[in-house]
Amino acid sequence: MRLIDTLRFARDAATGYPVRTTLSVLAMSIGVAAVVILTALGDGARRYVVGQFSSIGTNLVIVLPGRSGTGGFNPANAITSTPRDLTVDDAAALKRAPAVHRLAPLAVGTSEISYGGRLREIMVAGSTRDFVAIRNFDLLQGDALPDEDWNRGSPVALIGAKIRSEMFGNAPALGRLIRVGDRRLRIIGILKPTGQGLGMNTDELVIVPVSVAQSLFNSNTLFRILVEARSREAIPQARDEVLAILKQRHRGEEDVTVITQDAVLATFDKLLGALTLAVAGIAAISLAVAGILVMNVMLVAVTQRTGEIGLLKALGAPARTIRLAFLSEAAMLSSVGALLGYLLGQGGAFAIRQAFPVFPAYPPDWAVIAALLTALSTGLLFGVMPARRAAQLDPVLALMKH
Amino acid sequence: MALIELAAIERRFQLGDTTVNALAGLNLHIAAGEYVAVMGPSGSGKSTLLNLLGLLDRPDAGTYRLEGRDVTTLSPDEQAAVRSQRIGFVFQSFHLVPRLTAAENIALPMMLAGLAPAERTQRVNQALKDFGLDHRADHKPDQLSGGQRQRVAIARATIMQPPLILADEPTGNLDRHTGEDVVDLLETLNSRGVTLIVVTHDPGLGARARRQLVMEDGRLKHDSLASRQTACG
Ligand SMILES: Nc1ncnc2c1ncn2[C@@H]1O[C@H](COP(=O)(O)OP(=O)(O)OP(=O)(O)O)[C@@H](O)[C@H]1O
Ligand SMILES: [Mg+2]
Repeated sequence: MRLIDTLRFARDAATGYPVRTTLSVLAMSIGVAAVVILTALGDGARRYVVGQFSSIGTNLVIVLPGRSGTGGFNPANAITSTPRDLTVDDAAALKRAPAVHRLAPLAVGTSEISYGGRLREIMVAGSTRDFVAIRNFDLLQGDALPDEDWNRGSPVALIGAKIRSEMFGNAPALGRLIRVGDRRLRIIGILKPTGQGLGMNTDELVIVPVSVAQSLFNSNTLFRILVEARSREAIPQARDEVLAILKQRHRGEEDVTVITQDAVLATFDKLLGALTLAVAGIAAISLAVAGILVMNVMLVAVTQRTGEIGLLKALGAPARTIRLAFLSEAAMLSSVGALLGYLLGQGGAFAIRQAFPVFPAYPPDWAVIAALLTALSTGLLFGVMPARRAAQLDPVLALMKH
Repeated sequence: MALIELAAIERRFQLGDTTVNALAGLNLHIAAGEYVAVMGPSGSGKSTLLNLLGLLDRPDAGTYRLEGRDVTTLSPDEQAAVRSQRIGFVFQSFHLVPRLTAAENIALPMMLAGLAPAERTQRVNQALKDFGLDHRADHKPDQLSGGQRQRVAIARATIMQPPLILADEPTGNLDRHTGEDVVDLLETLNSRGVTLIVVTHDPGLGARARRQLVMEDGRLKHDSLASRQTACG
């Protein structure tokens, strides 16, 4: 039998029994769609987190006060208390490390801002000129902090977009004097709105020189030192140099934790990648179930069409032709199901992206290819047994049934 | 040379503890172009004989030569090829594929044999004309009368132009009148040289054949040709 005839015959056989064909196509398509959508969610989460982490800066090496047990990234470090303080002088000393491109000390606290009788609670970040550039903040108006002695900061401030609109409405804010805590500061820059993200939300942030912040909080410690290495390759070197300098300054004690953005990124990447894989594996089970359903449907088809198989044999069809006809039918059921599932899955992922524009829910290529291949191969694999059964039927007995 | 030569054919079925001798010690020669009716009571082995002649079944012992070639030792696929090229079947219950149209049913053996589509269309059109089915080409079997269905089945059996046609009670599911039409059709084929072997319960139909075989308990009880020969002595 010619291939085209085999395919047409299989197609007609499949469409001749619409209910069972629809059912198995549906099962297969749900399996594929599940893989596509779930991996789109998993990989979307990975991309989202990685994207957010990358947006906080490039080639970052972050110094935290206090020692971590492993030296690697440990989320607990973010909340442990400080055994030995980091100071502005510590930060300034890091400038001489060759692998360091630029750096910014960071002191953080809360305070109140007032202007024209309006008062509100704010987050204050005390830092230096390079802070804005290192953290990739964009300015709507004005300039970053002045380049000056870190210990004698000018009375100036940058404010977030939300503070600007709440305190000033539509009136111009640049150049105005505001009161932060007990200090009068001049607004020299306004940050672009950022919205919610993993990085710091700057909309309700006021950035002031680090010495101003420290006197506001009445402390001389730092929350972090943000160091930008010269390049991606220089990150480990920068890390080592930073550690060495601080150790020397702290009387030989390694009492700081240095985490690199790379390591954090890699950790999240691995973690969420594994999650996606696990989700894909669970969804793949539904593919196997669909394959078994196709097998069942084909076995029923062989029973239903026993008389027809006997007839085909009587008309001179060799076993191979009958095997191929049934195998093609199974392959058709699963490939149409796979295709439909692919479209459904992509449609679902598209719908998710429409509903949550910040969430990059694209199914990874490997998942799509694996889903389609699994669907086709389970369909074929589970089609083999019914096809062989059909080919092995005794023609005389088969003809007696119909 | 005889078209069909059966020598010492045995076919046994195991039914629980008992063995049924569906065919026992059967010897038979049928020449090309003959018109043979096979008769006998139910269970006498008529269908078993026809299945054997059609290579749908194998004997437990004995040899079957078709056109001088021993076909009992062929592999299943070689037997399928013989069925495709040399044998046409007509069944009591028509055995049309319900989802295919009359034309597609007729074309089925050619499709299975891998003939070119153009050749198939041409032959099917000719067959539809010959069997008076011109206006039924696109009808499904359930839209056809019994007589039309059997005509489609006969058209299908002859489409590969086999030299041998085997019909197992071809009129069994038809009323007398349509049955006669179908037999007329088969006899026309025979008159053009096709060897025709018909199993029938109808003595009237059997009498129309030039040679009658009567079976009983798997044996040939009567062969009109042999008795004629003995009578002529
Ligand atoms: N597949 C089978 N398994 C067991 N016994 C069988 C089988 N096929 C036929 N037989 C037995 O072989 C004998 C001959 O059967 P066969 O069908 O050839 O009879 P028949 O002459 O065609 O009868 P009918 O006129 O009723 O069609 C019967 O006793 C039947 O029961
Ligand atoms: Mg019978």
